[in-house]
Amino acid sequence: MLAKFDRGLAHWLGVIVATLACIALQNELSWMSEYPDSLIVPFADLLNVVMDWVVKNFGWFFLGISWLLEWPIKGVRWVLNSLPWVVSVFLVCLVAHAASGWRLSVFALFSTLYMVVIGYWEESMNSLSLLAISVPLAVLVGFSFGVLGFYSRRAEKVIMPTLDVLQTVPAFAYLLPILMLFGFGTVVGLIASVLYSFPPMVRNTIVGLRRVPDEVIESGLMAGATPSQLFWQVRVPSSTRQLLLGVNQATMASLSMVIIASIIGGTADIGWEVLSTIRKAQFGESLLAGLVIALMAMIIDRVSSGFAARSGDYDPAEKSFTQRNRYWIGAILGTVVFLVLAQIFSILSEWPRELEFSPAQAMNDGLTYLIVNFRTEIETVKTLAFFFVMLPTKIGLQMAVSPFTWGFALTPAYTAIYVIGMIALAAICTIRWNSRIGIWILLFSIFYYVGLTNMPWPAVLLIYSVGGWKIGGPALGIGTALGFGFLAVTGIWPEAMLSIYLCGIAIIIAFLIGSSIGIWAAHNDTVSAIMRPINDTLQTMPLFVILIPFVMIYKIGEFTALLAIIAYAFVPAVRYAEHGLRNLPEHVIEAAKMMGSTKWQMLWQVKVPLALPVMMLGLNQTIMFAIAMLVIAALVGTNGLEQIVYIGLSDGNFGVGIIAGIGMAIIAIIADRMTQAWSRKRQTELGLETS
Amino acid sequence: MNTESSDRAKVKLSCRNVWKVYGAQPDRFFKDGGKQIRDTAEHAASIRESGHIVANADVSFDVHVGETFVIMGLSGSGKSTIVRCLSRLVEPTTGEILLDGDNLLKKTDAELIDIRRHKMGMVFQSFGLMPHLNVIDNIAFPLKLQGKNETERYSQAERVIKLVGLEGRESNFPKELSGGQQQRVGIARSLAVEPDVWFLDEPFSALDPLIRKQMQNEFLRLQSVLHKSIVFITHDFHEALRIADRMAIMRDGAVVQIGRPVDLILNPADSYVRDFTSDVPWEGVLRAVDIVEQPSGSLEGMGRISGDTLIGDMMGYLAGHEEGVVVEGDGGNVLGIATARGVVSALAAGGGKEPTSAKRYA
Repeated sequence: MLAKFDRGLAHWLGVIVATLACIALQNELSWMSEYPDSLIVPFADLLNVVMDWVVKNFGWFFLGISWLLEWPIKGVRWVLNSLPWVVSVFLVCLVAHAASGWRLSVFALFSTLYMVVIGYWEESMNSLSLLAISVPLAVLVGFSFGVLGFYSRRAEKVIMPTLDVLQTVPAFAYLLPILMLFGFGTVVGLIASVLYSFPPMVRNTIVGLRRVPDEVIESGLMAGATPSQLFWQVRVPSSTRQLLLGVNQATMASLSMVIIASIIGGTADIGWEVLSTIRKAQFGESLLAGLVIALMAMIIDRVSSGFAARSGDYDPAEKSFTQRNRYWIGAILGTVVFLVLAQIFSILSEWPRELEFSPAQAMNDGLTYLIVNFRTEIETVKTLAFFFVMLPTKIGLQMAVSPFTWGFALTPAYTAIYVIGMIALAAICTIRWNSRIGIWILLFSIFYYVGLTNMPWPAVLLIYSVGGWKIGGPALGIGTALGFGFLAVTGIWPEAMLSIYLCGIAIIIAFLIGSSIGIWAAHNDTVSAIMRPINDTLQTMPLFVILIPFVMIYKIGEFTALLAIIAYAFVPAVRYAEHGLRNLPEHVIEAAKMMGSTKWQMLWQVKVPLALPVMMLGLNQTIMFAIAMLVIAALVGTNGLEQIVYIGLSDGNFGVGIIAGIGMAIIAIIADRMTQAWSRKRQTELGLETS
Repeated sequence: MNTESSDRAKVKLSCRNVWKVYGAQPDRFFKDGGKQIRDTAEHAASIRESGHIVANADVSFDVHVGETFVIMGLSGSGKSTIVRCLSRLVEPTTGEILLDGDNLLKKTDAELIDIRRHKMGMVFQSFGLMPHLNVIDNIAFPLKLQGKNETERYSQAERVIKLVGLEGRESNFPKELSGGQQQRVGIARSLAVEPDVWFLDEPFSALDPLIRKQMQNEFLRLQSVLHKSIVFITHDFHEALRIADRMAIMRDGAVVQIGRPVDLILNPADSYVRDFTSDVPWEGVLRAVDIVEQPSGSLEGMGRISGDTLIGDMMGYLAGHEEGVVVEGDGGNVLGIATARGVVSALAAGGGKEPTSAKRYA
């Protein structure tokens, strides 16, 4: 035991020595500080050549598909646009009622009326028509792959990692190849959103089919079911709930991609409205349009999850025909009535422009007033964060500390104090707790002094690989090394570090804030009740919309991106912390109570350590959310990989965009595997069940 | 419970030298169909050494027509696997399963589906109900798979619903029912197709003790009406005693002993079986027929009871009748008499064997 422990410590000390050596040597050996240009493998150019070849030789094929898919979209669009708004509003409310009752129906009514009155009805319907095609397609594709993965382990082994990549590759990177293959137009949004939204359906299909209890299957077999009867009459209906959950997730993913896809323009939908108003700095307008998206997302989410929750409640069979089919009958009757009414009163079929009500101008004025009057406060927050947190992390204390920023210069004396202080802290922690914490402090202090972007790349690669190896075994270690190797070899290392820097700060802050709120909510039902709708709203909110308020106040820049990422990514931390703390084994809590632990002892010495594995899953989700938001944050001017993807998209440079996209996916997947492996390891150690 | 006659009855289902081995290459241990195996335990041990898992080792038994055959064993003893081998939910590695003398393992998939549709019914420990179907549709589900129309399905289902006492619950969903009621649905469903062979895999283990007792009585009542050929799996020795005509005790995948409950109690094959039988309340197992003695005097004026009567049920009578009671056989013929002294000595001796083991009563 002791020998093993010492070996682990020795490995890490070795890593620290190697890191310091790299730092010391990087002035002598320039290939260390910067990956040499001559060794960069031109993957991007290669990809471009391949893509050009495909477009030249098979372009007709993809354009053909594009042409075919254009028709159903046009059809749905035509129907939705020519229906009087009052009919659509009625049908939406009816569906909402069928899914979850009166409250949702009323909410849907006010939301849709808002869209009408504010003057974004047509744009909303254009987005909806795209969704109406992409969701069924995504569900169909996802279900088929899910069934394939369920029946064939070999297929599953191919499907699962592919899904990982599909779900972590930044949304903009998707658009690139699709744009090149299928040409401009609404079809790009459709295909992108199908590709982006079918993975959750696959996962849920596999999980759902697999979770059907053995005895249900066996009872089906004993009843003499043929293989196809067993599938359609036993497996599928028994997993309806999970399948509908998949539909819900696919729908939400589809919506977010439809919105993102409007970045290529020409769609005249609500996403485009948000983007173009942001670009024109019309923040009032963009917020109003963003609200439309948020409302759409909420209605669609509640409706589809409502149906999922309701599956299993059945109407007793003895009800009459009218009662059983009341929604269909209501839909037909209502549609006819409202169609007639719309013929008589034209206001019901098309809301007149002069009656449109938009508080955008007032909002813009209010914002200007706010910014003018609170300029100092607003600026102070930004400056503090920038000088004391962001800059040192990015370029290190060695460069960030100057009379201009910190009020004093970093003299050798200060450096010496820093070095001695950190070593002393590490030593104290090693003695007080364990050597792992000491090691972490040492590594962190090196990072903080040198700055992430100034760290020699071999050192970073080494630290992450050894970390991966220690947490998840040799496979993860090698995987990490290969992944970071890819970043170096393809020449996107500097941008990757910028992405990690921005995301890293956001993740740490989001996780701290989120976990604190989660801990609070776990002990206080009021806080929990307040946080739940806020979390729900933030999670269903399309990413664009979250950007808006921060852009309004801080304009474009890294700080805006940071705030937006935090705002989006702290939610899972709240959820998992609360969930983890509220679901601890009761007997342990009781035992601790009986030992006479105080409230704080209970929290820090019993509850948090036990809930830590679950909280780590929250961290995992926080990381995933942060990376998703980082991609969108490229719009407000960041410098990392996400920006390359975005530039690749706007320049139509397939190779560069895709390489950067894959780079981001690599970072995301490594972070995902590490946190998951850690959580699993901890959970097994504690003998808790993996939830 | 006429145990004597069932021994002579026709064999309905026969399990012959069935092995089930899990692992990488289970077949390689039975290259010539298992004929070379001399010592079962030795062979099983050698299979286990190779990293394979032996779920069933050379299991053989017969189930007679109209008999309740109980397979009893602790968890991991292979009892659930063997009942699944009998219906080919689990494919045996080697051996024969004869249903009416016909080898089930030679059947094609289509034939097997047909057999399951018409000849077999099964009840599961966790009920195995379809969560998306209400009570009547769950019960009629096997009929639906056969392609029967709704009227036919419902009339047939309604009949078994009455049989298990679920009237008025037809449109409830499984999650709205208590465990006991859910298992009634499971039982009704398995009976809907009027099977010859009825498998029950720990049907009452998931229920509370009181409900369990109630369901056991229900089961006995049903069987007294239906006379199915039954394979009943349980880990509860007392449950086995209550309902078995004959029973098999399993350990480590192999059958340790087969016999009537009373045979097992009176002559446990080894210390493993004795561990189960040692805390059995004898008065609930021994019957009048087990303690008869030759009458010394006239039988005039004495009470008469059936040989099937449990000792526990006759103790009250004997307390007031020192001379004893006349024990009758099936046809009313006199088998002998039972006395209070006979009861006491049988109980004291632990069922007539091993008078030394005083500690079992401690």
